Amino acid sequence: MNKLAYVFLGAICLCACKFNSSNKTLPIYGNREAVTKMVNGQVVNDTIYATIPPFKFVNQFGDSTGSQNLAGKIYVADFFFTSCPSICPIMQRNMLAVYNAFKDTADVKIVSFTIDPKYDTPPVLKNYAEKLGVTGNSWWFLQGNRDTVYRIAEKNYLVAASKDSTAAGGYVHQGWFVLVDKQKRVRGSYDGTDPKQVAQLIDDIKTLKTGPAAGK
Amino acid sequence: MKIIVIFSIGALLAALIISCESSDTLEFDRYYSEGSVIYQTHCQNCHGGHGEGLNGLIPPLSDSVFLAKNSDQLPCTIYFGLKGKITVGKRDFEGQMPAASGLANIEIAQALTYITNSFGNKMGIFNVEMVNGDLVKCR
Repeated sequence: MNKLAYVFLGAICLCACKFNSSNKTLPIYGNREAVTKMVNGQVVNDTIYATIPPFKFVNQFGDSTGSQNLAGKIYVADFFFTSCPSICPIMQRNMLAVYNAFKDTADVKIVSFTIDPKYDTPPVLKNYAEKLGVTGNSWWFLQGNRDTVYRIAEKNYLVAASKDSTAAGGYVHQGWFVLVDKQKRVRGSYDGTDPKQVAQLIDDIKTLKTGPAAGK
Repeated sequence: MKIIVIFSIGALLAALIISCESSDTLEFDRYYSEGSVIYQTHCQNCHGGHGEGLNGLIPPLSDSVFLAKNSDQLPCTIYFGLKGKITVGKRDFEGQMPAASGLANIEIAQALTYITNSFGNKMGIFNVEMVNGDLVKCR
């Protein structure tokens, strides 16, 4: 009888084991296109995925920063402005968890684009970063041309952002944290105001780092 | 017979005293629980679920000394917002707190009762009469 109980207990323990997500793959977002091309004289079908186009902005240190600095890196993007009274504080509080998890990891970055570039100049962004407790080069706050920022937000990162004088603070934007892989493809979108989804994001970054496509 | 009468009068008195006390705590509880909902809607985004603030950007609400010292300014701060430098818990904060001018006086009182009795604070009820009085004197 006792033995049976042990076997039963063992079985329960085994069932409780969570099979790790080592071979879990993340979806690839955006439009895709099938192409047929010639490789070594053979016809090959391939898929072209949507990628983030090149951009060049200025970070909180006044340095020119853009897609070339993010080449070969996994990064999380979000859209905010420093004087934002609504969802930004909670987003940045949650983003701090991502920052703290990966600040010493060279190939993981965070990029916060300001949607109010008129007010959020590099000195304002630097002051903001310091007060948030962000040091070093792992989290960039970027100021760019307003229309360009709005365009890549909507077309490429799939986040809505626009000026709206009726909204609190003068701008409306969505609180998504967008995960981009080393091949510049969008791999996930997480509600930055929800700590649970942000925890999922941290997990997914780890999956992406160790996943099958990490080396490519 | 006499004993029964005396006993029931005593019991009645005791019941009266207890119910008086509990109507006070009842009022506090009502303010506090309504206040927690208002806090979640209007304050928590910035000041955090535990009143912790956000590093150097947004001040915490856990500095009891600051709250007690500025107690009569708190309704004004909520109603009109705040701009400029303040020092909370030995740290300087500079920024802007938006006005919650859509709140009724009773809601400000409930939110303040919640804030001043959470996050390690224990200042008792902040009732609507106090808010009415303070709002008239806002600078």
